[in-house]
Amino acid sequence: MPVWNIIQAVNDALRIEMRRDPRVVILGEDVGKFGGVFRATTGLFDEFGGDRVFDTPLAEAGIIGSAIGMALYGLRPVPEIQFADFIYPAYDQIVNELAKFRYRSGGQYPVPVVIRTPYGGGIRGGHYHSQSPEAYFAHTPGLKVVIPSNPYDAKGLLLSSIRGEDPVIFMEPKRVYRAAKGEVPEGDYTVPLGKAKVVREGSQLTVLCYGAMVHTCVEAAQLAEKDGFDPEIIDLRTLLPLDTETVLESVRKTGRVVIAHEAPKTCGYGAELAAMIAEKALMSLEAPISRVAGFDTPFPYTLENEYMPSPDRVALAIKQTAQF
Amino acid sequence: MLAKGQPVPIAGTDDEPFSILADDGTIRPGTDAPEIPDEQALKLYRGMLQVRLVDDRMMKLQRQGRLGFYMLSMGEEATHFGGAYPLRMSDWCFPSYREPGVFFWRGYSIKDYVNQLHGNIEDPVKGRQMPVHHSANWLNMVSISSPVGTQIPQAVGLAMGAKISKKDDVSLVYFGEGATSTGQFHVAMNFAGVFKAPCILFCRNNGWAISTPGNKQTASKSIAIKALAYGMPGIRVDGNDLLAIIAVMQDAVARARAGEGPTLIEAVTYRRGGHSSSDDPSAYRDPSEPKEWEAKDPLERWRRHLESRKLWTQELHDKYSQEITEELMACVKAAGELGNPAPETLFDDVFAELPPHLEEQKAEMMSRPRPKPAHGGH
Repeated sequence: MPVWNIIQAVNDALRIEMRRDPRVVILGEDVGKFGGVFRATTGLFDEFGGDRVFDTPLAEAGIIGSAIGMALYGLRPVPEIQFADFIYPAYDQIVNELAKFRYRSGGQYPVPVVIRTPYGGGIRGGHYHSQSPEAYFAHTPGLKVVIPSNPYDAKGLLLSSIRGEDPVIFMEPKRVYRAAKGEVPEGDYTVPLGKAKVVREGSQLTVLCYGAMVHTCVEAAQLAEKDGFDPEIIDLRTLLPLDTETVLESVRKTGRVVIAHEAPKTCGYGAELAAMIAEKALMSLEAPISRVAGFDTPFPYTLENEYMPSPDRVALAIKQTAQF
Repeated sequence: MLAKGQPVPIAGTDDEPFSILADDGTIRPGTDAPEIPDEQALKLYRGMLQVRLVDDRMMKLQRQGRLGFYMLSMGEEATHFGGAYPLRMSDWCFPSYREPGVFFWRGYSIKDYVNQLHGNIEDPVKGRQMPVHHSANWLNMVSISSPVGTQIPQAVGLAMGAKISKKDDVSLVYFGEGATSTGQFHVAMNFAGVFKAPCILFCRNNGWAISTPGNKQTASKSIAIKALAYGMPGIRVDGNDLLAIIAVMQDAVARARAGEGPTLIEAVTYRRGGHSSSDDPSAYRDPSEPKEWEAKDPLERWRRHLESRKLWTQELHDKYSQEITEELMACVKAAGELGNPAPETLFDDVFAELPPHLEEQKAEMMSRPRPKPAHGGH
């Protein structure tokens, strides 16, 4: 089995699906001949031609708006938004249009568009190349939100997303695009949406995370382990729909919860997780739920390591929560 | 007349909009009018009359408190039918909220129309949207959105999709002059031009966006002139002249089908009524202005044209009116007696399948007593 990084896995998923389904088209800024600024669409223009892999003018509202039209005509567009930080000009098309088309038309018009976008910090990108806007989309009825942490999941989840009938915001953890490597089967396989994965079994407390934060949390667990702590780590993989069963099963076992994400703390996805756990498993809790998140400031440039939840910060939260 | 394949002239405000029918319904000398067979000519008349009669009755229902909201098209009916007439059924239309005639022309029934306004159990969109936000996928009529301009890039994308699929279907998208101020319009024009999308971008310039006049939307001499910057033809047409609109549409559709790209059409018309049933135009415009436009009424102009072709008679008009009114009244009566969509349908169609969190919320909602309906007498 080849060992690939996330970029290679995403690229392979796109190639497999474009070979399998002639309705799949890719559009976005610099995704054609150049293969995307992160090279996720490398080689696809050469294999499938400019009708199916094409560069657009530099306007995100046009990319998503036109993708909606293509989906209405029966295509399966997979637009790329170059950085999640640039998604806001398309916000109206995503939140008011894409998410609501099926519902507002009484089920007449499904629009299965999968928006791929790299997100997250740790690449010295400052405000506009580092943000984690997942909560905006998880808060929007009609959208699925998927965030893989590793190459195997990236390929399987992307294939599931494109084959599904719903719009998906597929956020790729760009900090670990190349750093996260793993064995990836060469052929076709899928990872179902809405299923979390226990990446480290533990007895003492539950760490909930997704995307690049999974790697931070695994490192944090290794640090904590040295001091005798035994955390369980759950990679959510899909934020919406959330796999509440896997989360609650773990929480009922451990009674303690740490949530980690890069996005700002207030109204971040961790707030939803904490509320859900409080609603459904309060009596299992033996400590306050702890959130390790980005601060409620714009994403900084020079001080990004202060801002980003680090293994040390997560490890501290693990210890404090376990000892509460 | 504009021949197929010829570039369409860009016309500024200094030029009179392209027109074929004189006010008396005769064809202006020197213009090359499209031929409309007698049967179709009468069907167009009946269609415009239907919009007029339906609007009149629905506004009355709204005033009686029997409809939550309404938007009428009075004086703009020619833009609906002039746009719809040259299309095939495999073509697509992205309407805004003031083109019910396009729905009717393509086969949307008065029954569906009235049921949508009531949001009842037979509403084609299941009570999900306010009145006048129709959707009919069996007619390639795309679901209407309230925020203006959002449908324009979608229509361009659909046209791009047709081109990618090697089909010669085209898309027609309607919007008002107010929507030309949005980023969506400019993004869509740019995409349409770059990709040579087989799309007709149809601006109903009716002079008013709620209380804001056209000269507050743009400093351009016209809407049509904006096409120049995006590398496509733009044309200004008399929006109350059904024959002229059909002519420019036929030309634009032929160009789009032939792979020659998009066209921006500016149909100059006038919003004689309020923006919606919630609006009161007497608060912001001179009442003599809509009066002046009554003289340019598109239905009356088409009637005169049919009369000049010896097709129109008072008897025929009365017959149409009676048929439409009877059908309408029966539909209104039936719609008022139908119940609301079942409460549990609130959760349908958010996704293809109901995810666990919605399953849970649905169970919670269904376990408590039902509240009163938010609107209507049913």
